[in-house]
Amino acid sequence: MGYNFKETVSRPDRFAPGHRLCAGCGAGICVRNVLNVIDEEDHAVVGNATGCLEVSSYMYPYTSYQDSFIHNAFENAGATMGGVETAYKILKKKGKVKGDYKFVTFGGDGGTYDIGFQSLSGAAERGHDFTYVCYDNNAYMNTGIQRSSATPMYADTTTTPSGSQSDGKPQPRKDLTEIMVAHNIPYVAQTTFVQNFKDLHTKAHKAIYTEGPAFLNVMAPCPRGWRYPTEDLMEICRLAVETCCWPLFEVVDGSWILSYAPKEKLPVEEFLRPQGRFKHMFKKGNEHLIDEFQKDVDRRWEKLLNRCENS
Amino acid sequence: MSKKDRLSGNEAVAIAMRQINPDVMPAFPITPSTEIPQYFCDFVANGKVDTEFIPVESEHSAMSACIGASAAGARVVTATSSCGMAYMWEELHVAASDRLPIVMNLVNRALSGPININADHSDGMGAKDTGWIQFYAENCQEAYDNFIMAYPIAEDKRVHLPMMCCQDGFITSHAVENILLEDDEEVKKFVGEYEPEHYLLKDGEPMAVGPYSVTNYYFEARRAQDEAMSHVPEVAKEVQERFAKTFGRKYDFIEKYRMDDAKYAIVIMGSAAGTMKYYVDRLRDEGEKIGLIKIRMFRPFPAKDVAAALKDVKAVAIMDRAQSFSNAGGPLGVEVTNALFHARSQAQAMDYVYGLGGRDLLEEHARTIMDDLKDIAANGHDDYYRYLGVREA
Repeated sequence: MGYNFKETVSRPDRFAPGHRLCAGCGAGICVRNVLNVIDEEDHAVVGNATGCLEVSSYMYPYTSYQDSFIHNAFENAGATMGGVETAYKILKKKGKVKGDYKFVTFGGDGGTYDIGFQSLSGAAERGHDFTYVCYDNNAYMNTGIQRSSATPMYADTTTTPSGSQSDGKPQPRKDLTEIMVAHNIPYVAQTTFVQNFKDLHTKAHKAIYTEGPAFLNVMAPCPRGWRYPTEDLMEICRLAVETCCWPLFEVVDGSWILSYAPKEKLPVEEFLRPQGRFKHMFKKGNEHLIDEFQKDVDRRWEKLLNRCENS
Repeated sequence: MSKKDRLSGNEAVAIAMRQINPDVMPAFPITPSTEIPQYFCDFVANGKVDTEFIPVESEHSAMSACIGASAAGARVVTATSSCGMAYMWEELHVAASDRLPIVMNLVNRALSGPININADHSDGMGAKDTGWIQFYAENCQEAYDNFIMAYPIAEDKRVHLPMMCCQDGFITSHAVENILLEDDEEVKKFVGEYEPEHYLLKDGEPMAVGPYSVTNYYFEARRAQDEAMSHVPEVAKEVQERFAKTFGRKYDFIEKYRMDDAKYAIVIMGSAAGTMKYYVDRLRDEGEKIGLIKIRMFRPFPAKDVAAALKDVKAVAIMDRAQSFSNAGGPLGVEVTNALFHARSQAQAMDYVYGLGGRDLLEEHARTIMDDLKDIAANGHDDYYRYLGVREA
């Protein structure tokens, strides 16, 4: 059955309105759209690492989730859902569970790239049948915009402030999607909110309905941390993709597939300029920072193209 | 029918686990508990159990997976020691506050550093305030029996808390002892099926676990947890009585040994209780009126039982196989003196730190204690605790 946008977005929401995330927060958009691809007859258990999403969507006694939900701690969303999925396997075998369940865990980049990485890596390697979705907003936003290993080079965060002796974060971003591919799991993909969500919806559906572990890395901008006007969310996402700062691709059983190649790759300035966190890069005398950033993006993009061509 | 066998504590506990046939076992190897998942994996590999074993990449993930599986509605088991449990520490609190009746065998071992693989109670004592029920075994038989009683206590609707069954590393876990094993079917019948009321996979009743709970609710949640813990004694008593009726072995929260006319007493936990009973016999042979109280249930602490058992003694030695660094004694010392104070006891009490990192408890130590007790009973004392068996510079 082909993808139907109208049908997907017309389903009753599994992530209910009334959560407490900021207006324009990428996390809520990510969760709502990922969960809505689950077939209506299927049940789900939704997991969550501690972070903005968790404290805003399950504040006792209110929950935003229509499905069962479990939050445990910051660094163990992978292992926790591994436990849930394993319980399902045995209880299903014993005839103690009715219906079919899907297991989807959300974590921010802090809970996924950094403190929760071991737990995710272990769960992926063990082959639990679940989908881990990282809503990557490029920093520890819940605690107040501290750098993570997902933070892009030169970004100004509260632990990498730009200053007279600092250009912002000195290190380039960790490529977690690539690391997850190295786990030899059946499905890994990277996406964000573009093309009317078609890319996200189709990848989320594949991830959730692929047997075994799947990893979805969703760039989910944070207007507070990235410092752009809230209403520009979709434009920021489009620019990230058109500049190749956040390429869209998937890796199916080890085969790399490019989902989208911009007709004309835009210079990185287009993505950096609208965001306050990169403001210092546009000061006179800092042109080399933009050059370095461009080089890093180009290098990664070429590598990705090579992989997709040779796959 | 009971069957006589010769087993180590780890083997005995693994057999109890096989007989119970839990749904999920996440575990990570750490000495001296490693054998438990090893034996158990053999059962899995040979179809002796239906259990799903999760070979997690760390103890933190072991307890995290336990929490996920238990919240999902499964009966869950794990085992660990020392630093492994220290690594779980955050998750121990989560398991208890989520009210998940996970059962864990803790094979007691010293905490680092320096790194040491031998028995003491610093791991278990470090977890005493995490909200877990704790029982300590003296020997293999108790390690086995405690484990069989664990699920009926932990899963009881009045309780619904996780439970730690503790045995001393190597001394109990590896030493081979005579043991009575019960029939598989009898054990299964005794433990029963796990039938949770609320769980993630319950049909028609989605559930949310692990909320963000602000000042308005947190305190009440923690208070409710304490209330659940207060139900443990009545439930554990019922389970112990049923155990005695079914298998013939009687247990109480504390065990009184030669206490009837005792003027002096030693309060102790774990394998050293067995050693100390032997020394008590020797001292009794010499005419000393000394007895022993073994603490089986440390959480919740049977304070009133302990105070009542000590009501006629002149002086008591409390044996701590762990430190608190309070400069005022170890954790068991604090519990026992608290119990004595509330009972308006006039007994003199001295806390002893002994056996750290697996050091043996010797007869000369028992004689030192005897001399000390007579001295403090006659002359009082102004120190809170002493060390036994350590080389002082």
